[in-house]
Amino acid sequence: MLRLERRVDVPRWWTWAVPVASVLAAMVLGAVLIVSSGNDPLDVYRRIFESAVLGSGSLSGTVVAATPLLFTGLAAAAAFRMGVFNIGGEGQFIIGAIAGAGVALRFGESMGAGVIPLMIVAAAVAGALWAAIAGALRAWFKTNEIITSLMLNYIALNIGDYLIFNSESSWRLLEGSGRMFPQGKPIDTSAEWPFSHVGPVDFPFGFWLGVIIAIVVWVLYRRTRFGFEVKVIADSPSAATYAGMRARRTIVSVMALSGALAGIGGASDIGDTRHVFDPKGLRQSGYGYTGIVVAALARLNPVAVVPVALLMGGLNNAGRALQGRDFPAGLVGTLQGLILFCALGGEILARYRVRRVAKAVLAS
Amino acid sequence: MTTSLDMATADATVPAVAMSGITKRFPGVIANHDVDFEVAVGEVHALLGENGAGKSTLSNVLTGLYHPDGGEIRLAGEVVRIGSPREALARGIGMVHQHFRLVPTFTVAENVMLGHTGRFNRRAAEDRVAEIGEEHGLPVDPSAKIWQLSVGQQQRVEILKALERDARVLILDEPTAVLTPQEAEALFVTLRRMAAGGRSVIFISHKLDEVMAVSDRVTVLRDGTDVGVVEVATTSARDLARLMVGRDVVFNADDGQERASVDADRIVLRVRDLCAADNRGRPALNGVDLDLAAGEIVAVVGVSGNGQRELAEAICGTRRRTGGTVEVDGQPTSGRDPREMIAKGVSHVPEDRLHTGLSPSASIEENLVLKSYRRPPISAGPFVRRRAVRRNAETLIERFGVKTTGPTVSTRLLSGGNVQKVLLAREFSAAPKVLVAASPTRGLDVGAIETVRGLLLDASRSGTAVLLITEELDEALALADRVAVIYEGRIVGVVDRASADLTEIGLLMGGGRPPAEEL
Repeated sequence: MLRLERRVDVPRWWTWAVPVASVLAAMVLGAVLIVSSGNDPLDVYRRIFESAVLGSGSLSGTVVAATPLLFTGLAAAAAFRMGVFNIGGEGQFIIGAIAGAGVALRFGESMGAGVIPLMIVAAAVAGALWAAIAGALRAWFKTNEIITSLMLNYIALNIGDYLIFNSESSWRLLEGSGRMFPQGKPIDTSAEWPFSHVGPVDFPFGFWLGVIIAIVVWVLYRRTRFGFEVKVIADSPSAATYAGMRARRTIVSVMALSGALAGIGGASDIGDTRHVFDPKGLRQSGYGYTGIVVAALARLNPVAVVPVALLMGGLNNAGRALQGRDFPAGLVGTLQGLILFCALGGEILARYRVRRVAKAVLAS
Repeated sequence: MTTSLDMATADATVPAVAMSGITKRFPGVIANHDVDFEVAVGEVHALLGENGAGKSTLSNVLTGLYHPDGGEIRLAGEVVRIGSPREALARGIGMVHQHFRLVPTFTVAENVMLGHTGRFNRRAAEDRVAEIGEEHGLPVDPSAKIWQLSVGQQQRVEILKALERDARVLILDEPTAVLTPQEAEALFVTLRRMAAGGRSVIFISHKLDEVMAVSDRVTVLRDGTDVGVVEVATTSARDLARLMVGRDVVFNADDGQERASVDADRIVLRVRDLCAADNRGRPALNGVDLDLAAGEIVAVVGVSGNGQRELAEAICGTRRRTGGTVEVDGQPTSGRDPREMIAKGVSHVPEDRLHTGLSPSASIEENLVLKSYRRPPISAGPFVRRRAVRRNAETLIERFGVKTTGPTVSTRLLSGGNVQKVLLAREFSAAPKVLVAASPTRGLDVGAIETVRGLLLDASRSGTAVLLITEELDEALALADRVAVIYEGRIVGVVDRASADLTEIGLLMGGGRPPAEEL
């Protein structure tokens, strides 16, 4: 029999060495798959690297692809840290996009760039309320939030479809090509979020916003009373109750915070990139689910979410650029899955050592 | 059935069990180091030591659960290798665990016969169990279901299980921990009787008076090595204690400990008609009345499961009250929120220290501010001041003598005694008006027990009213000014320590009628 034994002291440098080793291990496993599909792994990896980092404009594409993952990754990390498993980042992202687009369409023309903060606030509030449904159910009725938040994703997706495909809502473009093909109405150009340029790389406004929020969330969890409560509730709910913490209220707050972060991601999707509410595109992207992978790889550390989002965004970006006959379809998704798999495995090996034990000892 | 011990009954000079040079290492610790341990035929031999001294390891080696890294085991003179508990049982070694291994929905007879192969004949099995019970003075109804039995009766079933396999050596691990004084007495009679019948009994305990009462010889373990084998007839509890901890031990509050002066006019905790339900929603407290004066220690004693846990929790606000009132220093409390009780000056040492009283994965310094993090100086606005947290930890670790390599160590890595010190340090540092302590010394070793009891006395001296909920009568009598007996959710008697009579308290604990009618 094999048994896992908790390691008493884990060297500090393992906190970064383990994730790096996990990514390398995933690449080795990925290489095996690539070879078996008749391709040259070194060549494939070189091309991925080229189209994610080296090529002209590829870093800009990577940053753009990383931005939504930054928000959904933060959303997942914020909730998972307390052991609240918000799988609903996807839905909260969409609700945030609906709110952000709604505000931009309604006030964009009259307010100009002044509408941008309003978009952010509206998306945050909408995402928070959406997530708080699952949070409140968990806190007061002990409903499993994994299931409720997941179900709420489908509801959000269907609301999105309804707004564009099955109604004449104010989100829908009703003249021009919109009459032929159902599609969202573009927001006013003055409500589009600005890009900033650092060297050759274009950074969307949402990326910087995400980086700032990552730091704020880190401070919130590491330095405040709220963060302290979250830590205790995650570790031992009975100790939290005993110490007079309001566990239920905190569960709803954390869920709302998580939803707000995902919701802002939705606003960034409208403001930074698409400029139009596009439920079909969002459904295909699955930012909410990739965000869970990002959070897991970042070991739920909000600041570490930034580089991990860039890594995953880079892979997505390369995958999009390389799609074609000579590039194995689904390879990027497979690599992302392998990275998660290796990261989780590495996590266990870092925290526990595997020992062979005699059967008799297990009986104790 | 031939066992390797059959010879022993013939020759009483060969020890039934002889373990020599037993060494057992675990990662990072040596649990047993070169331990010699001998049990003669027909004796009750106590294995005495503090928690972590290596008692359980040694008995687990003997029952085949662990394989020693060194040393040899002889049974009736013959060198054996014991590979598993099943082999141990086949060689005549039976074990009664502290936590029973019985199937609650099975009958006594079914539990005793569990593990036999072949067809189960109810009538024959029940007859056999009744017969063995009769023979050894262990009366239980063979057709009763386990869940219907009291804890003491369940323990008898465990012993019957071993006897049914004809165990020549019986190991009992802390057998009295769950018993009332009367039940413990009865158990001792049984053990003596089994020894007189030629069996060998290994009695594992850290309770000195019991060891003195029941055993012929004692092997004392300390830090994984055997520090002495003594005849009970030629020793005293005090000498044993010294052997066990390696120094003198203060036994009760009278030994040089100054007691608090009770301010009888200032009732700081007034409990009236308090009712509460247990976790399954059944009534567990049925109208408890209690008054505690400033500086007074009142012990609530009783057999576990008579509402002690609910009493502590209902007072401290972690369990909903279904009726009655609790006043702290003259102010009524709603009891809906633990935070309210904390603010009113009620400290709570819960039974489940590591998971309720503390956040196990959090560091020591974080646990030390588990209740005070909300207010300055620990926090400033929404922020926790890390330097204040560290300073608070350094002061308390020093003052309460917590043994740790630093304030950032995860609390779950501490020993039981140090865990309790961290908890008490935090609760005492709040300068409480009322301290509710539920089994504060359970599972601790003698040294730590002494520290904790000293701290409770300190608290009472500084004017705190201490409600001590305990199953240890000795502890109640050593510390308390008054002893209240709880039975089925009611206080059935309160006695002053000066006039306390063990037999009377024991009777009350078992639900017997009080000798005096003055309730």
